[in-house]
Amino acid sequence: MSASTLFKNGWRAALLPVALVVIAQVAATVTQLESDSLASPLDIARAFVSVMADGSLLRATLDTLKAAAIGCVVGVGAGSLLGIVLGLFRIADDALDLTIELLRPIPVVALIPVVMMLLGFGAKMEIVIISLGLLWPSVVLARVAVKEVEPRLMEVSNMLQLGFTDRLVKIVLPAVLPQLFMSLKLAAGYALVVAVTVEITANPLGLGYGIMMAQQALRPAEMFAYLIWIGAIGWLIGVLLNMAQRGFFPAFVKGERR
Amino acid sequence: MKNFSLRKLLLGCATLVLFILVWKLVTDAKLISPIFFPGPERTYAALEKGLSGGALLTQTLETVQRMLLGWLLASFVGVFLGSLVGISKRARAFIAPTLELLRPLPASAMIPIAIAFLGFSDNMVLVVIAFGALWPMLLATIHGFAAMEPRLYEVSAVLGLSRGQVIWKLALPSAMPMILASLRLGLTISLILAVVGEMLASRAGLGQSILAASRSFRSADLFAGIVILGAVGLVGSRLLSFGERRLLRWQAVNR
Repeated sequence: MSASTLFKNGWRAALLPVALVVIAQVAATVTQLESDSLASPLDIARAFVSVMADGSLLRATLDTLKAAAIGCVVGVGAGSLLGIVLGLFRIADDALDLTIELLRPIPVVALIPVVMMLLGFGAKMEIVIISLGLLWPSVVLARVAVKEVEPRLMEVSNMLQLGFTDRLVKIVLPAVLPQLFMSLKLAAGYALVVAVTVEITANPLGLGYGIMMAQQALRPAEMFAYLIWIGAIGWLIGVLLNMAQRGFFPAFVKGERR
Repeated sequence: MKNFSLRKLLLGCATLVLFILVWKLVTDAKLISPIFFPGPERTYAALEKGLSGGALLTQTLETVQRMLLGWLLASFVGVFLGSLVGISKRARAFIAPTLELLRPLPASAMIPIAIAFLGFSDNMVLVVIAFGALWPMLLATIHGFAAMEPRLYEVSAVLGLSRGQVIWKLALPSAMPMILASLRLGLTISLILAVVGEMLASRAGLGQSILAASRSFRSADLFAGIVILGAVGLVGSRLLSFGERRLLRWQAVNR
């Protein structure tokens, strides 16, 4: 999209959020809002500046992002590896399919009490839960990707009598790399969701804990500042990964659009 | 073909049995303390006791009811609002970007806000479930309407259909595959949020029950609860994909 069309369509897109903020501010000023659950946009902005200035917001953000990133790498890595193996060896796929289908629907939040009991609170517990949550989706995506690799590439690798590692590194991985990146992109958004959920439910650190504490201390402005910040981070991660995907795999992105 | 799937079934069952055996061996050898990690027999015993007169059955029903109510609410509101926004090009241009901006917001981040307004109540959990499950259906409906074959809109103009008729007769059926896929995603989200909501607000249900079991180190009850949650998720998604196939049969024939 060129700059001029962005400008032309941009005002339409921006109208609704701007109008909502203005209406909220006017309503808050007119009613002279004093509330334990609502805050005016100006108060929210002020609260945002103050939690930003004392460093608590940045520290919480770092905690959350660190857990999400490590969990994402571990979960997608292990899941993709398993998925590739299942995609390559039909016998492994047949054998494990039933077990995976039975384990997959367990909601990841149900594992919070188990991991909490085994590991206690802290970053480690959060990372384990995030990677467990990302494991199955990555397995499924990688398995499909490997099964859709051009069969002639596999024939070539058979003819060249490549060993397993050679076949993996030289033929399969390059062929499924775009799909793996897509899987990582989906996983990154999900990792943030799981991280915040774990923090809100149990783990006393990070953004989820911050927003929960702001609510319990009856500081609505701070609570909404956290909420908007969490949304902004999720949005930013999505935008950055989309940009990276377009940069690394332009052909694949075009195919996705089609 | 039949031979092949039989082989798959046998292999699958064998692996499952092997998996349970390894689980049993690990716990029998006490590699992990039995306080934290119960063996399969203890889990099964807790499951049987809980379902035949214990609290587990009522808790399951509570959670399933919560999940279904929130999901139904989200489905109706999502498809209805999505239709209103999706049918008009102008509404799409003004409203859709804001919705896309809100989508990456984790639904669980809305829990503190919901608590601030509604307190620790059943309604709070319901609102959180409905809000979280709303997004996939809302956006799928809008996208489905936007992706409708433009000629169908022209046909509807020629036939002089009213806006309501266009939605009901043309746009909804053509957006149906996307909407049905989003319903399945929404059900998964509903189950997750039902469990989280119960954990946080201490509402009766499986979420609260497994958290309490973990706090008092009743690991067998905890695992029994997880098994049931997995079963609920499995049955829900299977039923929906079955319904999906039935409803979309006309499309498979057309292709």
